[in-house]
Amino acid sequence: MRRQLPLVLGVLGGAALAVTGFRALAALPGAGHVPHPYGERAVADAFHHDTANAVVAVTLDQRGFDTLGEELILLAAAIGTVLLLRRLTAEAEEDAPHEYGPGEIFEGVRLVGYVLLPVTLLVGGYVVLHGHLSPGGGFQGGTVLASALYLAYLAADHRTLERLRTAGLLDTAEGLGAFGYVAIGLAGLVAGSGFLADWLPTGTVRDLRSSGTLPLLNVSIAVEVGAAFVLVVAKFLEQAILVPREEAS
Amino acid sequence: MTLDWLPYAVAGWVFLAGCYGLVTSRHLVHTVVCLSIVQSSTYLLLLAIGWTRGGTAPVYADIGRHRKVADPVVQAMTLTDIVVGAAVTALLLALTVQVAKRRGSVDPRELRSLEEESREERAG
Repeated sequence: MRRQLPLVLGVLGGAALAVTGFRALAALPGAGHVPHPYGERAVADAFHHDTANAVVAVTLDQRGFDTLGEELILLAAAIGTVLLLRRLTAEAEEDAPHEYGPGEIFEGVRLVGYVLLPVTLLVGGYVVLHGHLSPGGGFQGGTVLASALYLAYLAADHRTLERLRTAGLLDTAEGLGAFGYVAIGLAGLVAGSGFLADWLPTGTVRDLRSSGTLPLLNVSIAVEVGAAFVLVVAKFLEQAILVPREEAS
Repeated sequence: MTLDWLPYAVAGWVFLAGCYGLVTSRHLVHTVVCLSIVQSSTYLLLLAIGWTRGGTAPVYADIGRHRKVADPVVQAMTLTDIVVGAAVTALLLALTVQVAKRRGSVDPRELRSLEEESREERAG
């Protein structure tokens, strides 16, 4: 009975939610006909600040303070993940002599890695730097840049990544990215426009040099997000490839 | 017949499907994936609300100022949602690794609270 309880509760709750939820959704105005008073004002404000990408204008300009919180959540989650997995590594090292797992990589994988690495770096940089003009921005570009590091990991070997990590470069980048966002915000206070408010000339809309501080914020976010992703995935990979020497051989 | 309600229904369906997976889950990694599915239903709902009939992406790089566009506010919220979702998933997976290591099981039904565990140890 005890084992069935979650299922029974789940079915009852799900049924109740389905009935009430679908009724509530049915009362919404049909998709495509919803009025957008906030959307219209957000677009007007984006043009006021010469930002072509209205989504980035909302995320970094109008809701810049919320995005600061979002960045700090990501920072906290990355720190938490690294901490949670760090203790395990220490344990495994105590338990048995270990090595980093089988280094057999197919030549084809290696080749694809080498070919895609520069392309990915270029696309990542483009997505970050053109975030205020075209779909993209710091979060998206940062993830692409992080995946470039994993291509390097596939193409070369894990020791390259290991060296990067042990050099403390990633930790520093992670911290610097988060600090950069706050610093750009504080510069607004010094310049007299207010925390995270635009303090640079906004330039011409659709120009690479437009949108004031938004490209700078995008770069700092990209650094933070990219470093966070590499750090976290590296920690998980470490768990996967850390094999006791006896089992490996 | 109009299908105006269909995007909302899809969001509701994805939400319930994720909940079903959460309830019947026998593996913590599966549980975490189901939680991301539940969360992705909110992306669908937000994007469905932001969509405007005949509208395009709210990016004015190559369209005129007065083109009809989707609501950028809900799209920015979806972006925030995705980032927070990724952070939560990473943390939960790290916890799963810890649970597997310390309790020797990743089946939510076999995991007991620490209290129960210590009570049984004292009894046994």
